[in-house]
Amino acid sequence: MAYLHISAVDMAFTRDGQTNPVLAGVDLPVEQGEFIALIGHSGCGKSTVLNIVAGLLQPTRGGVVLDGREVAAPGPDRAVVFQNHSLLPWLTVYQNVEIAVDKVMAASKSKAERREWILHNLEMVNMGHALHRLPSEISGGMKQRVGIARALAMNPKVLLLDEPFGALDALTRAHLQDEVMRIQAELKNTVLMITHDVDEAVLLSDRIVMMTNGPAATIGEVLKVDLPRPRDRLALADDPAYNHCRHAVLSFLYEKQRKVEPLRAARAAPATPAQRNAA
Amino acid sequence: MSTIPLPDTPRSTAPPWLTARALPALKQLLGTVLPPLLILALVLVVWELACSRPGSALPPPSKVVADTWELIVNPFYDNGGNDQGLGWQLLASLQRVALGYALAASAGIALGVLVGQSTWAQRGLDPLFQVLRTVPPLAWLPISLAGFRDGQPSAIFVIFITAVWPIIINTSVGIRNIPEDYRNVARVIRLNGAEYFAKIMLPAAAPYIFSGLRIGIGLSWLAIVAAEMLIGGVGIGFFIWDAWNSSRISDIILALVYVGLVGFALDRLVAWIGRLVTRGTAAG
Repeated sequence: MAYLHISAVDMAFTRDGQTNPVLAGVDLPVEQGEFIALIGHSGCGKSTVLNIVAGLLQPTRGGVVLDGREVAAPGPDRAVVFQNHSLLPWLTVYQNVEIAVDKVMAASKSKAERREWILHNLEMVNMGHALHRLPSEISGGMKQRVGIARALAMNPKVLLLDEPFGALDALTRAHLQDEVMRIQAELKNTVLMITHDVDEAVLLSDRIVMMTNGPAATIGEVLKVDLPRPRDRLALADDPAYNHCRHAVLSFLYEKQRKVEPLRAARAAPATPAQRNAA
Repeated sequence: MSTIPLPDTPRSTAPPWLTARALPALKQLLGTVLPPLLILALVLVVWELACSRPGSALPPPSKVVADTWELIVNPFYDNGGNDQGLGWQLLASLQRVALGYALAASAGIALGVLVGQSTWAQRGLDPLFQVLRTVPPLAWLPISLAGFRDGQPSAIFVIFITAVWPIIINTSVGIRNIPEDYRNVARVIRLNGAEYFAKIMLPAAAPYIFSGLRIGIGLSWLAIVAAEMLIGGVGIGFFIWDAWNSSRISDIILALVYVGLVGFALDRLVAWIGRLVTRGTAAG
């Protein structure tokens, strides 16, 4: 039994009486300590997968089992780093981590231990210097660091990263990717990361899960990234294995699952009566 | 008690810090204070000129000051009954406003949270609110007098009913605009209902709540003056009415100045509290 198992998940959203299948038969076992990147074109439902693992969405069919228990609701054992950091703007950097730690570890740690733990996690993402700043006073990259610290501080079984660096500039992104690699090497977290950046996926992950285009998206291919750790982005640039992985993902995304716009007009399948009426 | 000895600074000539640091600050202060002072002086001069001719209906500012000098210098005299200093009159009005506004703030925030949280409450209550909020304050007074059979609670009710609507509406908008992300954060760390309310909902909606509170304080000060004119007793509203009945036009003008200054102070006070509470995320 895998540590984390996304098991035969179907997901459909119903709006105005119309049911739109988003995911069909998504099945993914993840081992403890594994770093998984979930990649696919925008709109393919990768965020839906992550939200189902987080428990923020309930799948129409199938389910998620984590460490022998079925996921029914959101919880701190599946901490999420949201795309737009989602720090609470009225709390300082320290307090943003504190709100999570005080809730999650109220029983297991004393007040002094919790303080120590908050500081430790903020130090880990190199934010120990800005404890009393408000989110509006720090840069986008720093906000995302605090988001990561808040998630790590919950001591989760799985860390869920929802395009964590998508909104950052290239330099900051590279910097944060390195830090996430360093932290993951140190803590051996199980990580599920959503991305649409091929280099990021290859650089960070042990396996890349490539999703087909929606509707009714599913896992198209899984690529094992057999690169030794620690990985160095400069050295990897000329590494044939690295480039092979990159090429495999790129060819999946741009040849096999080429996104054709507009989606509806290009689909050969006959339209359902509802769609015909709408058109 | 021990005293800390101050270093000896040369006082005879202009000390160097005055030119280095205080002078630009002084310039900036003058820049903000001077324009309104000039405009004020201009208005007073025009007023003085316009009303100085014999037979003018309104007194010029010089006559207002001369007529009301006793009131200006003795704000806190008390000759019993309604014959009290303007300080007491204002305090009596402020007391009523404080009570009515406190009720409006608590009821308004509570109802706003309800309407913002529940679609059903919103659908049911919103039309009612939208209609009632357009009723002018004074139109509530007869019905409130009929209900309470007493001036004092009626005045407070009028303040309450005037100030409550913007507080309800702004609070509910604030609650409805809480980003989905904050909700998700709360769900991941498993905040319970009470914790969510106190730690996420109220602070997230605080900028909206405070803009409602700020509109509310302005409206309640408007309402008190109107309500007191009809109800009587000690209070700045009735003072104005009483002065009109005894043709003390200068007293009315002085009272108007005080009403304006107090209203301005109240508005700034609520804005200041809002900034303090929301750590600068509130507008204004």
